[in-house]
Amino acid sequence: MPVPVLKQGDVLIASVQAALSDKDLAQLREDLADRVGRYRARGVIIDVAALDVLDSFAARTVRGIAYSTRLRGARTVVVGIQPDVAYAMVQLGLSLDDIATALDVEEGLALLRTTA
Amino acid sequence: MSGEVQITIETEADIVVARQKGRELAARGGFSTTDQTLIATAISEVARNIMQYARRGEIILSALEITGRRGIDVLARDDGPGIADLALAMQDGYSTGNSLGLGLPGVRRLMDEFNLESVPGRGTTVRLKKWVR
Repeated sequence: MPVPVLKQGDVLIASVQAALSDKDLAQLREDLADRVGRYRARGVIIDVAALDVLDSFAARTVRGIAYSTRLRGARTVVVGIQPDVAYAMVQLGLSLDDIATALDVEEGLALLRTTA
Repeated sequence: MSGEVQITIETEADIVVARQKGRELAARGGFSTTDQTLIATAISEVARNIMQYARRGEIILSALEITGRRGIDVLARDDGPGIADLALAMQDGYSTGNSLGLGLPGVRRLMDEFNLESVPGRGTTVRLKKWVR
C-alpha cells in the first residue's frame, strides 16, 4: 500500500499509514526525493500519527527519508509521534537526532513557515 | 486472560501480526495503553531480529497469572546462527550488521524481565516478561 503524498503550496505532506511494509517505506523515500525536485518543494512533512509502534527499524527508516529529502534541499519535519510511541522510543534508546519534529501537520506547516 | 498465541516469523507481515496479537493479549490482560505500546514495540524488535538474523523463527505469546499477579510472556526463538558474544550483544549500539544494533538493551528496558540464551550455530531464544502494575 503506497503512502499518499499531498502537495500544499511548496510543501509535500506524506501520511504514513499503519503497518507499512519495508518496501512501501523504501518506495516513499524514492517518491519524496523525486517529487522534491519535480515540484521544487521547499518543505516536507512526514506524518506518522497513524503508527502505533515505531521500532528501531521504522525509526531508522523515517530518519533516512528525512535525511534524503533534506539533502535534496527541502526542510523536513516529522510530525504526529503519539505520546506512548514517544515514550517507547525513549525507553528503546531511539532518537531522531537532528530531525525537526512537531505535534501535528498544522504545527509542522507553521514551523516550516516561521523558519523558512 | 488466557490462551497462548504462536506466530511464525518469516516476513514483515508476520512482525505486524505478532505485535498486534501482543497488544491484544496485553489489553485483555489489563495492561495500560502505554504498557501495551511498550510490549508491542518489544515484540516488534525481537521479531525483526529473527527475520534479519535467522530468517525464520517463532514467537509465542502467553498470559501469565501467578499468585494474583498478571502479566505477559513473550518467547522469541529461532534456529539461526546464534550470537557469539552475549555480553557484547547487550551493549547499547552494538551490531554485527549494518544497523544500529540488535536493540536488545532497549528491549530489556521496555520489559520487566529479560532472558537471552544463544548457542552459536544452533539458535537464539529471548524470553521477555512484563507485569501489570
